[in-house]
Amino acid sequence: MNFLDFEKPIQELIEELEKVKKSGEKTKVDVSKTVSEIETKIAEARKDIYGKLTAWQRVQVSRHPDRPYSLAYIDYITNGSFMELHGDRTVKDDKAIVGGFGEVNGKTMMFIGHQKGINTKMRQLRNFGMANPEGYRKALRLMKLAEKFNKPIVTLIDTPGAFPGIEAEERGQGEAIARNLFEMAKLKVPVICIIIGEGASGGALGIGIGDKVLMLEYTWYSVISPESCSSILWRSWEHKEKAAEALKLTPNDMFGNKLIDGIVPEPLGGAHVNQQEIFETVKQTILKHIGELSKLPTAELIKQRIDKFCAMGVVNEG
Amino acid sequence: MSWFKRIKDGITTSTKEKKETPEGLWYKCPSCKKITPAEDHAKIAWVCPNCNYHERIGSHEYFHLLFDGDNFTELFSNITAGDPLKFVDTKKYADRLVESQKKSELKDAIRCAHGQVGGYDLTVACMDFGFIGGSMGSVVGEKISRAIDYAIEQKTPFMIISKSGGARMMEAAFSLMQMAKTSAKLTLLADAGLPYISYLTDPTTGGVTASYAMLGDLNVSEPEALIGFAGPRVVKETIKKDLPKGFQTAEFVLEHGFLDKIIDRKELKPKMTQLLGFFKH
Repeated sequence: MNFLDFEKPIQELIEELEKVKKSGEKTKVDVSKTVSEIETKIAEARKDIYGKLTAWQRVQVSRHPDRPYSLAYIDYITNGSFMELHGDRTVKDDKAIVGGFGEVNGKTMMFIGHQKGINTKMRQLRNFGMANPEGYRKALRLMKLAEKFNKPIVTLIDTPGAFPGIEAEERGQGEAIARNLFEMAKLKVPVICIIIGEGASGGALGIGIGDKVLMLEYTWYSVISPESCSSILWRSWEHKEKAAEALKLTPNDMFGNKLIDGIVPEPLGGAHVNQQEIFETVKQTILKHIGELSKLPTAELIKQRIDKFCAMGVVNEG
Repeated sequence: MSWFKRIKDGITTSTKEKKETPEGLWYKCPSCKKITPAEDHAKIAWVCPNCNYHERIGSHEYFHLLFDGDNFTELFSNITAGDPLKFVDTKKYADRLVESQKKSELKDAIRCAHGQVGGYDLTVACMDFGFIGGSMGSVVGEKISRAIDYAIEQKTPFMIISKSGGARMMEAAFSLMQMAKTSAKLTLLADAGLPYISYLTDPTTGGVTASYAMLGDLNVSEPEALIGFAGPRVVKETIKKDLPKGFQTAEFVLEHGFLDKIIDRKELKPKMTQLLGFFKH
């Protein structure tokens, strides 16, 4: 297990717990009372720490190395029936975005998500979840495929941003994202978008236009990462905490500002503490929303989606 | 012993007798350094007569260049920015807005107008780089959105002149969602069968490139304009290598297939007239 700097009290308790358990096994002494005491303490420490997370700490949790990524969610939700489909039919297969069909309770759905690597080698292969234009174009191809055969679409968002490389620019990163925004706005099938980790800027929005846009409890979504914001506005990387605060990037802020449709609760201490629990919660959330959205006539579905995004923004008039 | 000897005193003109040269009589091209009388420079669309450098101009100048007889109706001019996040960096966003409004004499980074171009009706939304780097916040999104509604209502073609560093950070996720808002609105314009011409000028980057600027039925640009998603500095830091010459210029973007055409600003009006004619007849 990995721990973040502010999780130190939890880490110490867990280490103590391990020690007690080990010595119990060795000496055959009954330690169950001590164990349950420490477990209560861990729960309390978690409640305490996670009850008052700052914006920056939330950003840290969203990047926790043990946090599950898209494929883990999709595998659970589809009960292993997920079949990955590759390629944008133009240039190549982008490994930073995955997609394909899967079955959920007897119903076929299209799953698309940013994918981060689970170890050093995979992180490189997945380009740290930073997609190139072909990733967005693959996503769009698969969404159009789903639309053609009337299958609902689920996208899972977890990216530090679209990749800012030379080839990405040559192949039209801006155009690829723009095209997705345009096309997703008028998809004829229900679209659910869930931010499961980092929701950074256009790279997140590029698969983020949906009838329901939801955020897991310990995630963030904004126009820029707090670090980059700090470096641009304060001209130094040192103000990331302040930037995270100022950007109002937490699920509560986003929901309060009517920029997302809901928040999905995570297990205490974050999704990685109890993966089964978060997978099940996300599955039930998807089923609920797709059930409701499927009842809407297509024209109404599209109209509501477009109207929702067109209402976003705050201006003064007069 | 010195080689030279000053035989006259230095500046001997008294302050009273000093002749003031009015500001702005001359234009010095930042590219070729050649000097042109400002009046002549304005007559040739603010383009350097020597090297064709396109000086950055604002909505006032573009409207003047485009609309017949400089006649147009400005739309939604009473919309200004809110400060929904009460954003503070090294300065308060609210103060920044007031300062920018004073300095630029603009209300925000975009102006919209309806007029005739070569006899054809056209609704235009034109960005102003002079207002916080032409950044896209709620005002830009709202005015584009309303201009599209207006174009649909009046059945006119639609044009956006982009000139922007991207999203306005001080409006955080609100500015991000303007990408979604404008793109969604453009689907309605497309459904109405009305042409949308996107004119990309120097610079067009970030969230503006990744939304309406790249979604034209025709994407056209000014020569040598910087056009890209990530800014050149970010790309350079990412790859840790020098960027190839001409990277992210309009010519580069055209070569890679994302622009229909590069149109010299001096040719903007006749070429726009011709294009509008193509759609009309």
